[in-house]
Amino acid sequence: MDKILQVKNLVTGYQGKNTFMKAVDGVSFDIDRGETVCIVGESGSGKSVTSMSIMRLIEYENGKIIEGDIIFNGENIVEKNNYEMRKIRGSKISMIFQEPLTALNPVFTIGRQIVEAIRFHQSVKKKEAYKQAEELIQLVGISDPRTRLKQYPYELSGGMRQRVMIAIALASNPQLLIADEPTTALDVTIEAQILDLLRKLKKEKKMSIMLITHDIGVAAEMADKVIIMYAGKIMEISSAEDFFENPIHPYSRGLLESVPKMTGERGVKLNSISGSIPSLSNVPSGCRFSPRCPFATEQCINQEPVLEKFKDRQVACWNIDNVLRDHLKNQTDSEVFQ
Amino acid sequence: MLKFLINRFGQSIILLLIVTVITFFLINLAPGGPSSTMRMDASPEERQAMVEKLGLDQPVIVRYASWLKGAFSGDLGTSFTSNEPVVQRIAERLPYTIELTIFTIIISIIIGIPIGILSAIKRGSVPDHIINFFSVVGLSVPAFWLGLMLILLFSINLGWLPSSGVGARGVDFNLWGWISHLIMPVLILTTTILPNIVRFTRSSMLEVISQNYIRTIRAKGAKESIVIYIHALRNALIPIITIIGVLIPRLLSGAVITEAIFGWTGIGTLILEAARGRDYPLVMGITIVITIVVILCNLIVDIVYSRVDPRVKNV
Ligand SMILES: Nc1ncnc2c1ncn2[C@@H]1O[C@H](COP(=O)(O)OP(=O)(O)OP(=O)(O)O)[C@@H](O)[C@H]1O
Ligand code: SF4
Ligand SMILES: [Mg+2]
Repeated sequence: MDKILQVKNLVTGYQGKNTFMKAVDGVSFDIDRGETVCIVGESGSGKSVTSMSIMRLIEYENGKIIEGDIIFNGENIVEKNNYEMRKIRGSKISMIFQEPLTALNPVFTIGRQIVEAIRFHQSVKKKEAYKQAEELIQLVGISDPRTRLKQYPYELSGGMRQRVMIAIALASNPQLLIADEPTTALDVTIEAQILDLLRKLKKEKKMSIMLITHDIGVAAEMADKVIIMYAGKIMEISSAEDFFENPIHPYSRGLLESVPKMTGERGVKLNSISGSIPSLSNVPSGCRFSPRCPFATEQCINQEPVLEKFKDRQVACWNIDNVLRDHLKNQTDSEVFQ
Repeated sequence: MLKFLINRFGQSIILLLIVTVITFFLINLAPGGPSSTMRMDASPEERQAMVEKLGLDQPVIVRYASWLKGAFSGDLGTSFTSNEPVVQRIAERLPYTIELTIFTIIISIIIGIPIGILSAIKRGSVPDHIINFFSVVGLSVPAFWLGLMLILLFSINLGWLPSSGVGARGVDFNLWGWISHLIMPVLILTTTILPNIVRFTRSSMLEVISQNYIRTIRAKGAKESIVIYIHALRNALIPIITIIGVLIPRLLSGAVITEAIFGWTGIGTLILEAARGRDYPLVMGITIVITIVVILCNLIVDIVYSRVDPRVKNV
C-alpha cells in the first residue's frame, strides 16, 4: 500500500530557560492510505506535540521542529512556508482536538464556523457553502441542520460540539484526519457514538486517520496499526492484530494490563505501571522506561535502545527475549491454573 | 428588549433618587451659603430677605421635597448666581462637554485597541516594551501638569494653538478654529483613558489568543489576519467594552480639570462655578444630568455587549 504520511526522525520541543526541551525526540512512523493508526501513551508522552508538528501548528505555541522530515503525499511539510501550510491545513490534513467544549469560537454561530472552513479552501458563494454545511452536519449525525447552523456553541452539548468539529474537519474532504483524543472529555456512550462515526466516515471517505488516545481500549476498537509512545519516543509499532494478541514492549504490556479485564468469574484485574512519566527536563539515561521497567538490566540504564525491526513489528527494547520468555511462562501458568 | 429597558428604567429612577438625596444633604451640610447671601455690602436685613426669597429658612427636608416635586415636572429651579433657569444654564454648557468626551472616546478607541493588539501579538518585543512604557507614563503624569506644559509649548512658545476657550461658534465658526481649540483638551483627556484601553486590550487579547478555539481556526487554514482581527478580536472586545463603561465616569471627572485648564466652557467649568457660589439648584441640576449621562452610557455599553457576546441574553 502506498504511504500518505511518513514521519522521519522528528524532533520537536520547546526552548526552556537554558536548554531546548525535546517533547518529541526522534520519532519515525508511516501512515498508509485508508489506514487508522492509533498513537497510544500516557499523558505527557508527546502525542499532541507530534500531531501539532504534522499540522505545523506547534510554532504558534512556542514550540519548534528542530529536526526531521514529515513527508505528506511526497512533499516535505517541514519545508513548507506559511502560505503553503495554510493550503494544507483544514484541506488535505484536518485535525480535531481534545477539548470539544472550548474548541469552537463562542461568539460565532456553528454555521458561520463551518462555512468559513469551506470557504477557506473552495471558492464557492456563501449560499452554496451553507448548503454544503447542512450536508456536512447531517453527515456527522446531527438532525435539524437549519436550526443547528444558527445556534451558538454554548447551545450545544459536548458530544454535539465534537460532531461539529468533525464536520469542520471534513469540510474539504481531507486525506488525513488527525483526531487528538477526540473522546477523552466525553462520557462513555457519547464516546462510542463518536468512534462509530469516525469509523463510518473513514469507510465512506476513504481517508486515513491518525487517532491519538491514552485509552488502549479505544485503540483496540479502532486501530489498524498501533504506535506506543513514551516520553517522546516510540516504544513499539505493530499491527493491531499482533499487538493485542501479544504486545512485546514492557511498556505496551503495562498499558494493556492496566486495563480492567473481565476474566472469568468476576475477576477485574488492574495492574497499572508503577511510577510516573519523567518530565522533559529530567529524562532518564539509557532506556527512558528503565526506572519503571520490571525487566530493566544494567545495559538498559546505560544505553538507549533503538526502534528495531522484530518480526513484523518495530520494538525499542534490549530484552525482548526475556520479555517473551516471561510471557510464555505466564501463559503456561495460567493454562495450568485453568 | 422592552422588558430589559423597563427594568433598567426602574433601577435608574431609584439610583437617581439616592444620588440626589446624598448630594442635596451634603451640599447643605457644607459650611458657607449661596454667594448672593454672603456679600459684604449687603445689610443684615437684605441678607435675611434674600435667604427667605431663596427659601433657605425652611428645613432641609422640606426644601428637598419641594425641589424633588419640581424636578419631576422638569423644573430644576433657578440658578442662585445668575437668576436663569438651571435647565437653560446646563443646556448651554452640556454640548461642549459632550463634544470633548465623544472625541476623546472615539480617538482613544481608534488608537488604543490597535496598539493594544500590536502589543499583545508582539509581546516581549521592543514595540511592546515601548508601548508599556508610555502606558505607565500616561497613567502617572497628572493631567493639570501635562496641560500646563502643552500650553507652555504650543501656545506660548510656538504660538500654534490657542490656550483657552472653545473657539468661535455660530456664524463665525471655522473648522481650523474649532479643531485648534479642541486639540489640547482632547489630548489631555485622552491621556486619562487611553493607557487603560491599551493595557486592557493587550491583556484581553493575550488571554484570548491562548484559547483552544484559536488553535481550531488556525487548523482550518485561516490566515493570521483572520485569526487575530476577526476571531480573537471579537472575543477580546467583550471585556474591553466593559472597561470602557467603567472609564466613562472617570472621563467626566477628568473633564472638570481639563475644562478648567483650557477655559473650556462645558459642564466641568460650570460645576466649579456652581460649587464655588454655593449655587444649590445648579449643583443639583448638574448632578442629575451627569448621573443620567452615566446611566445612559452604561445602557449603551450593555446593549453593545449583548450584541458582541451571544451568551448574554435578554437585551
Ligand atoms: N507550550 C508548551 N510549552 C512547554 N512544554 C510543553 C508545551 N506543550 C507541551 N509541552 C510538554 O511537552 C510534553 C509532551 O506534551 P504533549 O501535549 O504532547 O503530551 P500528550 O502525550 O499529548 O499528553 P496528553 O495525553 O496529556 O494530551 C509534555 O511534557 C508537556 O509538558
Ligand atoms: S530496554 Fe530495558 S528498561 Fe527499556 S523497556 Fe526494554 S527491558 Fe525495559
Ligand atoms: Mg495531548
